[in-house]
Amino acid sequence: MTTRYFGQRIKRNEDPVLLSGRALFTDDVHLPDMLHVAFVRSDHAHGRIVSIDVEAAREREGVVAVYTAADLGDYWQPGPLLVPPPPIEGIVFNARTQVPLAKDKVRHVGEPIAMVVAESRYIAEDAVEDIFVEIEPLPAVVDMEKALEPDAPLIHEDLDSNLAAHVVQTKGDYEKAKAEADVVIRRRFYYNHGIAAAMENRGMVAHWDAKTQHLTMWDTTQAPIAIRNGLAAMLGLSTSQVRVIAPFIGGGFGPKIMMFYPEEVLIPWAAMKLNRPVKWIEDRRENFFATTHERDQIHWAEIALTKEGRILGVKDTFLHDTGAYDPYGLTVPINSQCTLLGCYDVPNYYSEFKAVFTNKTLVTPYRGAGRQHGVFVMERLLDIAARELGLDRNEIRRRNFIPPDKFPYNNEIIYQDFVPLVYDSGNYEPALNKALELIGYEQFVKEEQPRLRAEGKHVGIGVVAYVEGTGIGPYEGARVQIESNGMVNVATGIGTQGQGHFTSFAQVVADQLGVDVRKIRMVTGDTAEFHWGTGTFASRGAVVAGNAIHAAAAAVRQKILKLASQELEVAEEDLELGDGKVWVRGVPDTAIDLGTLAVKANPLRGAVKPGTEPGLEATAYFGPERGATANGVHAMIVEVDPETATVQIKRYVTVHDCGRVINPLILDGQIHGGIAQGIGNAFYERIIYDDNGQLLTASFMDYLIPTAMEVPPIEIDHVETPSPLNPLGTKGAGEAGAIPTGALFAQAIEDALAEYNLEIREIPLSPNRLFELIQEAKAKKGGA
Amino acid sequence: MKPAPFKYHAPTTVDEVVGLLAEHGYDAKILAGGQSLIPTMNFRLAQPAVLIDINAVSELAYIKSNGDGGLRVGALARHAEAEHSRLVAEVAPLVHATMPLIAHPQIRNRGTLCGSLAHADPASELPAVLVALQGRVRASRQGGSRWIAAEEFFQGIFTTALEPDELLAEAAFPPLPSRSGWAIQEVARRHGDFALAGAVAVVQVDEGGTCTAARLVFFGVGEGPVLARQAGAALVGAEPTEQRIADAAALAANNDVPTPHEDIHASSAYRRHLVEVLGRRALSQAFARATAEER
Amino acid sequence: MSEQMTIRVTINGKAYERTVEPRLLLSDFLRHECDLTGTHVGCEHGVCGACTVLFDGLPVRSCLMFAVQAHGHEVTTVEGLAPEAPERLHPLQEAFWEAHGLQCGFCTPGFLMTLVPFLEQNPNPSDEEIREAIAGNLCRCTGYQHIVSAVKLAAAKMHPDPSLRETR
Repeated sequence: MTTRYFGQRIKRNEDPVLLSGRALFTDDVHLPDMLHVAFVRSDHAHGRIVSIDVEAAREREGVVAVYTAADLGDYWQPGPLLVPPPPIEGIVFNARTQVPLAKDKVRHVGEPIAMVVAESRYIAEDAVEDIFVEIEPLPAVVDMEKALEPDAPLIHEDLDSNLAAHVVQTKGDYEKAKAEADVVIRRRFYYNHGIAAAMENRGMVAHWDAKTQHLTMWDTTQAPIAIRNGLAAMLGLSTSQVRVIAPFIGGGFGPKIMMFYPEEVLIPWAAMKLNRPVKWIEDRRENFFATTHERDQIHWAEIALTKEGRILGVKDTFLHDTGAYDPYGLTVPINSQCTLLGCYDVPNYYSEFKAVFTNKTLVTPYRGAGRQHGVFVMERLLDIAARELGLDRNEIRRRNFIPPDKFPYNNEIIYQDFVPLVYDSGNYEPALNKALELIGYEQFVKEEQPRLRAEGKHVGIGVVAYVEGTGIGPYEGARVQIESNGMVNVATGIGTQGQGHFTSFAQVVADQLGVDVRKIRMVTGDTAEFHWGTGTFASRGAVVAGNAIHAAAAAVRQKILKLASQELEVAEEDLELGDGKVWVRGVPDTAIDLGTLAVKANPLRGAVKPGTEPGLEATAYFGPERGATANGVHAMIVEVDPETATVQIKRYVTVHDCGRVINPLILDGQIHGGIAQGIGNAFYERIIYDDNGQLLTASFMDYLIPTAMEVPPIEIDHVETPSPLNPLGTKGAGEAGAIPTGALFAQAIEDALAEYNLEIREIPLSPNRLFELIQEAKAKKGGA
Repeated sequence: MKPAPFKYHAPTTVDEVVGLLAEHGYDAKILAGGQSLIPTMNFRLAQPAVLIDINAVSELAYIKSNGDGGLRVGALARHAEAEHSRLVAEVAPLVHATMPLIAHPQIRNRGTLCGSLAHADPASELPAVLVALQGRVRASRQGGSRWIAAEEFFQGIFTTALEPDELLAEAAFPPLPSRSGWAIQEVARRHGDFALAGAVAVVQVDEGGTCTAARLVFFGVGEGPVLARQAGAALVGAEPTEQRIADAAALAANNDVPTPHEDIHASSAYRRHLVEVLGRRALSQAFARATAEER
Repeated sequence: MSEQMTIRVTINGKAYERTVEPRLLLSDFLRHECDLTGTHVGCEHGVCGACTVLFDGLPVRSCLMFAVQAHGHEVTTVEGLAPEAPERLHPLQEAFWEAHGLQCGFCTPGFLMTLVPFLEQNPNPSDEEIREAIAGNLCRCTGYQHIVSAVKLAAAKMHPDPSLRETR
């Protein structure tokens, strides 16, 4: 087989419709007689619902229905536990999941209390203002540390504290390692990883066809099949009566994999009850309250080293804010716990965390999904250690990188996919070397930086490394079918939110079948087209669905060869595929086009051999035994104006290893986008709650997404260490760019402001915070 | 995020506008560019009963030079027009330089200069520019109009001297005298954002290089534009050396500017610090321009 | 039901007459009254730029205008850029395609509508000018880099005379 498309920078199949405004997004679905929904949401972070008066709203012209929890009857149920806790010894996990509409208590600002269905969204919003909810306020639990104090108000009163989970994982014996250490460094770190803020808010349109007894729902979900299965169960329908379509989605980044959002439960129910199509489109303000966040952790971390800078062990204890409910289990804190270990050979590890309920929006994964928190802690510990030991920051990393001959490398703790965290493959030093070369590290620190410093400029460089566990199970599937016109249909269950699946998956199929990549019609995220799957998350699309598609395409290839060998009366080994045809090697005029062959594979009369399957079609599944571990190094040069405490990025370099690359153009885009979100996380974006649990950053005027002026050009290079865990050798890449940026900012800014001897132990930063840190440093210097 | 209902009027003459204002007064809002008003309405933080859309009042759509060599802008003059106007660049370079700091191109295509003034957002640049240049605005009502000096016009957060039945019909920016210089400096979180703090300086020197006038105005740090009188007075009558400029900026930060407010983006202390830094930078740049200018 | 007004708006060269409430946002009018769903709504408070359309030839945020204000005016939406799309695209759209200037594609129409007049006024923009021109459009996927490349590419496509372009 000649590889033609795999590894090529080809432009995307899905772009023309997107570029011309002709792609279907959820809010573009218009149905006759459609109704529109708006929600009454809690203004209080914590309180008891005393009464809800919906009478005036019901009487408003254009209002069709108003529902509260009481109207839902038996349909009112807490949502399912989406991710159960992993099998870790001694684990404590208290599952408390979100409810469709608050019944007795509200537990975070923005929690839905009543649902208005009206002839237009405008009228629905008018009616929301008619509804009066009396709430007896309770003290809000906002601060993670205070949440666990014995007298803290209880968010879930059936529990005896606000503890959501307690997990301890260990490798080796940290205390023993510590006793042998030359240096032990202990610090407190704070990391807050904001919100996804996809440009498209969530939304859904549900249509119940009473005549066919069939429900169709368009949903901005990353997991349409799981939504279909759950909805059917909740509504008492067969899965064959429910079709969920995730059409084009305007960015996912994690929160759209969360399920079931209250609205996802209510919109289809209302459509059935009212027997009219119902639409709800989240607005931006709602998105800040009602779509999940990722937010913050506090770490108390300790690293024990030899005087040569070899890591003997790490101990980390942290608090994780899970918000008011925890349907997504422990994915985020487990990722933090596991990813902290990074690229390094850490022989002894003690990691303990407590997840805490607070009166805030739920926490579920957002691009990086807790990995940045862990990477920040480890990279900062190494920077501080390097400083203390008088070592170069790159040297301390080099000395601790897991050497290439130690793979597969077992970290001996359980990862988010419930199996031990074993790195499949990796080669870390070349990535560091390439990054240093690309950014001109030696020249910068030896020549440029001293020269610029002499001119009074405050320039600094940062270099950090990270790993990313990607491509986890359980499985995905795909069906590949050649049609009689020679077109190839490919269907997979995962949804797509801009990752280029219509192209990268088509490349995999095109190579197997020898067809033009443009002749491949991909369907993703439509349960009518493919029945099985889990969803797009954890940088797993290219790995898990990609390999399922590869397997299905390979099976179709086998069918082509088998049938063609019968037709052409030659051995399969003597056949060649290309240009949508199959022929006997060296005899081009024997060519049969695949469409014709597909017709032959589906005879309308006559007999076939027993066991023959019709068509040139195959379905295949792929489930890796565990995830594939990608890695990378980011380097950055910044200039800081210490007077205004503003930061300008002068250069940004990344070297990335995600195994074999299907489409480098798409990969570059993924990395650029991840870094832009990382920059936002490090310096611009911050979710802020006040002491009463009120969200103070609920607009794009206060929650600051970087624009083209804040994101610099990014220089990319690659290292390619294939994963041995899947036939394509791919690793995930979706989250990589976003992971190490906070650690990078901290190091680069410290370097730029070397004269102040800052130690940055928190992300996000801001000019204001940097000003405060500089003032503190000045005061310390003055006082010393 | 859909606005509440309102009654909509689209008059075509100023007479009609002021007539509608006389009729609806407190219940009415003028809709010009709408770039601040409509977001507030979409959040339902503002629910005016009546909107008077002046976009069809063509007599208000002008940018022209004043008899005194300054600039007059009508209520429908949009930021983008000022940004791309040669006249503005010549007679009011400070106004011209301010335009790119205001939001983004799409906003500037709709937003109006007079709208920025009438909205009186304390973090906005144009009110400070108007105060620094000692400009004025003309308020029209049924039966007449009056000129209001910039310093009297801005009265607090989103508060001006306009009466409910008055339309801000135009603004006048006086010309800069010879040997004068100007500068605007700000720190914003992102390009185009409202400033955390900003400073506008307009200064004049005599032939010998002695400062004869200095107006330093801050925005984003108070309830409106803050004129630093003591800082200005300290500079007049002496040569603007680096030290004097720094001292004046410190004086502004410590004496002229009342304790700045605190919000999620900046503490009071950081804002006060920025007052000093940006005040110094604006003054230095303005004096450099004044000294360089030979007119 | 509050007062209604009948308005006539020319969109992409075609006349549309509809009866609407004065409070109907222009973005909703285009999307839901005229079924021109290429214009996307991302924030409804004038920050994200996804809803950018041309109003009498100039880019504006359609979420910050009422439909009634468009009465008697001309609006161009992304659907108007290339009437034969998706088979034939505008050179800027072609450049976005080639340079991978979009991922989820939700913000893209807003970028295109901002950039078409920009490139007409500034046929040979620098990277810095491009970044400033698009600073009023948020993109959460691309990190903007491929968008900047796409604009450079489009400039070359639309103004192929190399003498008009300096090499940067």
